[in-house]
Amino acid sequence: MNAPLPSVTGAQKIGIVDCDIHPVQRSAADLYPYMSQRWREHSEMFGPHIRQGLTGMQVYPRMMAAGQRADAYPAGGGPPGSDLDMMRAQHLDAVGVEWGMLVALSKGGMEERNPDYATVLSHAVNEWQRHDWVAKEPRLLAGVVVPQEDADFCVQEIQLRAQDKAFKQVIISPRSAEPLGRRRYWPIYAAAQECGLPIGLHPAAFSGGAPSTSAGWPTYYMQEHYGFCTGMQGNIVSMIFEGVFERFPRLKIALIESGFTWMPAMAWRMDAAFERMRKEVPHLKRRPSDTIREHFWFATQPLEEPENPAHLPEIIDWIGWDRLLFSTDYPHWDYDDPRHCIRFRMTEAQRAMLFRDNARTLYGLP
Amino acid sequence: MSRTLTRHVVGRAADLPPGGRKLVKAGGREIGVFNVHGAYYALANICPHGGGSLCEGFITGLSVAPRPGQYDLIRAGEFLRCPLHGWEFEIATGQSYCDPKNTRLRTFHAAVEHGADLVKGPYVAESFEVRVEEDYIVLEA
Repeated sequence: MNAPLPSVTGAQKIGIVDCDIHPVQRSAADLYPYMSQRWREHSEMFGPHIRQGLTGMQVYPRMMAAGQRADAYPAGGGPPGSDLDMMRAQHLDAVGVEWGMLVALSKGGMEERNPDYATVLSHAVNEWQRHDWVAKEPRLLAGVVVPQEDADFCVQEIQLRAQDKAFKQVIISPRSAEPLGRRRYWPIYAAAQECGLPIGLHPAAFSGGAPSTSAGWPTYYMQEHYGFCTGMQGNIVSMIFEGVFERFPRLKIALIESGFTWMPAMAWRMDAAFERMRKEVPHLKRRPSDTIREHFWFATQPLEEPENPAHLPEIIDWIGWDRLLFSTDYPHWDYDDPRHCIRFRMTEAQRAMLFRDNARTLYGLP
Repeated sequence: MSRTLTRHVVGRAADLPPGGRKLVKAGGREIGVFNVHGAYYALANICPHGGGSLCEGFITGLSVAPRPGQYDLIRAGEFLRCPLHGWEFEIATGQSYCDPKNTRLRTFHAAVEHGADLVKGPYVAESFEVRVEEDYIVLEA
């Protein structure tokens, strides 16, 4: 009759590295200290970000309160993710976050069509992360958010942040104007490799032009949500076959909030094609699965919930326990609570890798 | 489970009208008490799916569609949606709607008893102003 939580025996006790935390501005005005008067006026007159006149809503209305945890609204007002004290109490302290990797979505310029405004937003959001988050909460670490369609600016902004210990990765949108293996994006990879910063890819709400599924524009948010996986697959295939990792052998990619269970099947399929048709891509020197094994990491949230939880560790065996990064997605509606979300058995060594050590290694954390 | 249940007075029935809820601490745990169309139910404030504070969630009904394009919301006020991931549970039974086979909430017995009865029994009523003419909600946990 009464079913206790099935995962309580697996409650974790070690400090974790959360690889997906979303800080949010209370309003666009939070960025104004880091923007010139000209762009503050622009924001006031034309809108702070992606505009959809007269709607105030995203393309796909999202689950529960615009995609947020319904219990994450700060008592003092503002959207979920905008109040550091609440983030500490509800998340960082509550679940034992040792390091939290910020992924600043929305107003970072990745999705902005106005190219000049995109650079201003990018710079402002990075300043805002440093001053309003990392400086106030030493457990938090920032990602350099850059507008991937303007590679020249990206290089400049990445180099500007490279010596700043607040920044541990570069964030670009996997909903880019072209697949991410295209050469227009290579200067970004060159700069990231040179600075020793991994690239973090996290699905964004707005498209650079392509529909969010390869079948076309979806009807429901559920379809869009699933599209996080397939959209990421298209980018990985692009980056591998176009030779990004032949050209940038020290580049590291973190796939955030896009799943991982599909990776073994995709790698087998790519290997089969490569073995038969490598003449089309003679620049590739290694099997795609070898490249994936060396260059990609996978954040866990939203963790799949198979009927038999033991299927997940089998899949992780294929991918490698050293490739997973624990993530919660705080404060979004599909948050994974580290005390409850793991429903399968792990060894202590696997637990330490998954919750903490893989991320420490990837991001060079103490 | 051999733990003995204690009876807790959690408030006056008049203060918990149909559609209302009250979060209480009883037996060392947080429990939400609900009035659904005049009947009282109590649920543990921890979602069996992902540990969310279930009883602080949105009270709703069942969304049904006999066929694509034909939609209805039925049994309004009888379901509770977890504020974390949105799983829905029938308040009366703790039965989950998304995955009825595997996820069921811990339910507690809640009923309305007369104030006159309360003073006679061995329940924990100290912190409440017991008035004989009023109805009180008693929770077993």
